[in-house]
Amino acid sequence: MEGVSTMVVLAAPITTGLTMVNAQTPRPVDNRDRRWGTWMVAAQTGNRTVYETLLRDCTPFIKTVARRQGVSPNYIDDVVQETLLTVHRARRTYDPNRSFSAWLRTIAQRRAIDGLRRQSRNGVWETHAPFAYENHPDPGRDPEEATNQVERTVRLDSAVSTLPASQREAVQHLALREQSLTEAAAVTGRTTGALKVNLHRALKTLRAQLGRQD
Amino acid sequence: MVTNSYDRLIQALGADLTPVRRLAPPGARTLIWLTIVGAIALALATVSDVGAMSRRLMAAPDMWLAAIGSLVTAVLAAVAAFQLILPDRKPAWALLPLPAAVFWVAASGIGCLRSWLVPETHPASLGEAETCLAFILGISVPLSALLIVMLRQGCPLRPNLILVIGGLACASAAATLLNFIHPYDATATDLTVHAFAVATVILANAIFGGRLLMGKDVLASV
Repeated sequence: MEGVSTMVVLAAPITTGLTMVNAQTPRPVDNRDRRWGTWMVAAQTGNRTVYETLLRDCTPFIKTVARRQGVSPNYIDDVVQETLLTVHRARRTYDPNRSFSAWLRTIAQRRAIDGLRRQSRNGVWETHAPFAYENHPDPGRDPEEATNQVERTVRLDSAVSTLPASQREAVQHLALREQSLTEAAAVTGRTTGALKVNLHRALKTLRAQLGRQD
Repeated sequence: MVTNSYDRLIQALGADLTPVRRLAPPGARTLIWLTIVGAIALALATVSDVGAMSRRLMAAPDMWLAAIGSLVTAVLAAVAAFQLILPDRKPAWALLPLPAAVFWVAASGIGCLRSWLVPETHPASLGEAETCLAFILGISVPLSALLIVMLRQGCPLRPNLILVIGGLACASAAATLLNFIHPYDATATDLTVHAFAVATVILANAIFGGRLLMGKDVLASV
């Protein structure tokens, strides 16, 4: 049923109510204004489809108003969204005997002025500096740190190579390859107890060697 | 179906759509608020000496002119405030109560001058002036709260301007009602206290009324 009523509203936008206007009030000025006015009346009764159509249809108009107010392109979307929210909040204040465009234009102008103020405030604190952004060093990516990491790896490899074969074997399987004691025992053919002892001795030796170098 | 980059917002607004009753005309809403003021006036009339008030107001033209000035200021400021909450009304509506306000201040000033020239006037003491201050502030608080609740039904695009005009309406209404319990002639001290009270009400409305007037954001989650 809503679909049928929606089609009727969309297809026949002119209502007799629009002819009963006060001579001193801004009248609907053209077909688009009458159409929007009729859609807004339908929206006031809760017709969601017509309401969404109205809001979509209005967005170019709101953008035009915002541009004429001097809002920069970066802030146009903000103004449109703020205006749509205000239209939603203020929908009960629309009087079908008056022009919808004038009603919407005033809301858009006020929101555009808010946008200009925000733009001005941000302009005081923010600077558009793309080169500064590009040249800003990433603290997580220190080239010197990468070199140090390579050096530490070389020193560790060298220290591990000087260990006795049984200890080196324990370090390689348990520490470097991160195997479990059971896995390492299966691979090397040693008992888990022997592996633990060899790892303990190897770490003690490495700690002593690397500590001396530092 | 036509789609654009605001579809998500538009769909959220559509989902939130409920039928609404169109806002009553500004004149009708003003009348409701003035009816409340009238009810307070009736209540005060039952506990005060209305005959003495009439005799005192009629004794000198400036007294009843000032009372009429404050009453007209209250009515016109309320009309202006209810007009200004409609988006397509011009901000020039804010000028509507200004002539009456000027008239009110001028008539009060004449009263002040008379009290200097005529020796047998009964000026208000400091304690009595404090009572005036407390009365204006005390009456203005509920009137302001009621007015703000009624104003927030609309769309206050210029909240500060609306709050100042609304504050003027409440303060001038309170000053009019003060006549029921004000058995003194106007003096400089008395009028200064009145002016201070009116200014305080307007300022308090402008400072504290904003949050009440604007209410919570629509669809804050969108």
